[in-house]
Amino acid sequence: MWETGAKRRLLLAPAFLWLLLFFLLPLGLIVVMSFAERGLYGGVRWTFGLQNYRRALEPLYLWVYGRSFALAAVTTGLCLVISYPVAYYIALRADPRWKHLLLVLSILPFWTSFLLRTYAWMFLLRVEGFVNTTLLALGVIERPISWLLYSNFAVVIGQVYGELPFMILPLYVALERLDVRVIEAAMDLGANRLQVFRRIVLPLTMPGIITGTVLVFIPSVGAFITPDMLGGAKSAMIGTVIQNQFVQRNHPMGSALSVLLIVVVLVLLLLASRAARFASRR
Amino acid sequence: MATATSAIRVEGVTKHYGAVTALEAVSLEVERGEFLTLLGPSGSGKTTLLRVIAGLERPDEGRVYLGGEDVTDLPPYRRRVHTVFQQYVLFPHLNVYRNVAFGLEQRRLPRREIERRVAAALDLVRLSGYERRWPHELSGGEQQRVALARALVLEPEALLLDEPLAALDLQLRKEMQRELKRLQREVGISFLLVTHDQEEAMALSDRIAVIADGRLQQIGTPREVYERPETAFVATFLGAANVLEAEVLQRENGEALLGLCGHAVRVSLNGRRIEGARAQVAIRPEKIALRARPLRRTDLVQLEGIIEERLYLGEATHWRVRVGEHCVTVTEPNRPGSRADAFRDGQRVFLCWARESIVVLSR
Repeated sequence: MWETGAKRRLLLAPAFLWLLLFFLLPLGLIVVMSFAERGLYGGVRWTFGLQNYRRALEPLYLWVYGRSFALAAVTTGLCLVISYPVAYYIALRADPRWKHLLLVLSILPFWTSFLLRTYAWMFLLRVEGFVNTTLLALGVIERPISWLLYSNFAVVIGQVYGELPFMILPLYVALERLDVRVIEAAMDLGANRLQVFRRIVLPLTMPGIITGTVLVFIPSVGAFITPDMLGGAKSAMIGTVIQNQFVQRNHPMGSALSVLLIVVVLVLLLLASRAARFASRR
Repeated sequence: MATATSAIRVEGVTKHYGAVTALEAVSLEVERGEFLTLLGPSGSGKTTLLRVIAGLERPDEGRVYLGGEDVTDLPPYRRRVHTVFQQYVLFPHLNVYRNVAFGLEQRRLPRREIERRVAAALDLVRLSGYERRWPHELSGGEQQRVALARALVLEPEALLLDEPLAALDLQLRKEMQRELKRLQREVGISFLLVTHDQEEAMALSDRIAVIADGRLQQIGTPREVYERPETAFVATFLGAANVLEAEVLQRENGEALLGLCGHAVRVSLNGRRIEGARAQVAIRPEKIALRARPLRRTDLVQLEGIIEERLYLGEATHWRVRVGEHCVTVTEPNRPGSRADAFRDGQRVFLCWARESIVVLSR
């Protein structure tokens, strides 16, 4: 018993050390720093006060938080709506021989750099970009659409594109595990396709939906590359704001904003895991 | 036959999967309140036929009628037949009550009526008090009962059962066989059961339809199918049979004179047609008696043979006897004073059987 206990501890040691050094310690540092003050020349004065939090709760920041959560919610919703049919097709309809190829294809774009792909979106969406020139050439529009780039629209497009695989994969796993005979049984008992989906497929794949939602929502809330590159000056998101604080050497304020974000996300995660446990109860 | 009132009628149903023919022009009818069994080896097409009736497969050709109504083009959820699947396939995220209530909720019945009917259905399968249990907490037999209740609660035109007992162990299977028979008598609706187990088919059915290679071989009461098998396949699939080649010496008035192992035997054709100079006949091993000396009776067929092998099986002894070019199996029950030990290998014996025991097969 002692031996297995020791072995287990030994096996866990690398992961534990890693998390301690690169996750728990920095996190602790950020929490401590969030109560400190900004030094005169950009350093940190190790005092204790709530002034950063007081500022973080001002309408200006609350507005940014609100927009970040809203855009993350829209992103997650779109990812779900787009991914579900794709995952459904790959898991249940596609020829088994093509399944793996289709899965690989759906994550293939992610083999190139994220930055590169974001630039590609800029080329597509900018005023004299591919979308606008094509629509102009086809005569659909008379002058270029200006809100394609540097807008909430662009941010959502870029985010959805970037997070799609994190939704497709858990949904695929959930749908793959689904017993098709259960669907047949439901149809046999009088449920039409819509009812089968609502009463059988949806509840049975709920764990996958929740996993995908968590995997997409959390990075979307804190995202800063996409909003920074595709979003306009008006569509600042919390990730960009936090990054700016650190760039402008206001580490305490950045820390406070981060801690607040972490707390809200943790609460949401807790709710999601509750929902997942409830949904997967059999 | 009153076709308009039959619960299920299948007409000329053909189904191909690519180059494989699963069903070939199958027609059959299940009467109201009848227990009919589709019996066949695995891959014979019996489950495909069940799925065609349920609407889970579309036939390439042919029509399906339920209660006289043509349902060939209707989806499964608009057909008044329900299936009990081989692995029960309960809804894992719903408890027993919700599983049974599923179809009723689908029909948007009032809550009170749903509660009443679910309670009655659970009572019928003797699972009252199991409402709040989850499928994974139930034994195979209990899951089976839930699957039955879930289908029966909808009062279908007919209940389709796809090898419902195959996953149960022997003891439970016997018990559920009696249970199925009781249920069927109690609810009075037609049961169409698919099985490869001939004993199960015999024990449960009003009629048996034997199916092989996608074709209907024979349909009739268990007695008819066993005593008067139509083809060599039916004769050997249902129980054991000696299938022997005979020469046709003469044919007249529904009778034939056959040359069997060098003996002339007059047999009744029972409406079977034989063509050409040769015919196949079947004789059940338990209808043959072994004697050391021929009996002085002319109404019996008596052939001389040499014992090749004896197999003692407890309840009965199986003998293999060489008769000319044929090897005939004989089964004798082990009663006190039986001949189980009397004959030795290589001994000369006489096989005796009544002429009526010979069944002429159609090819």
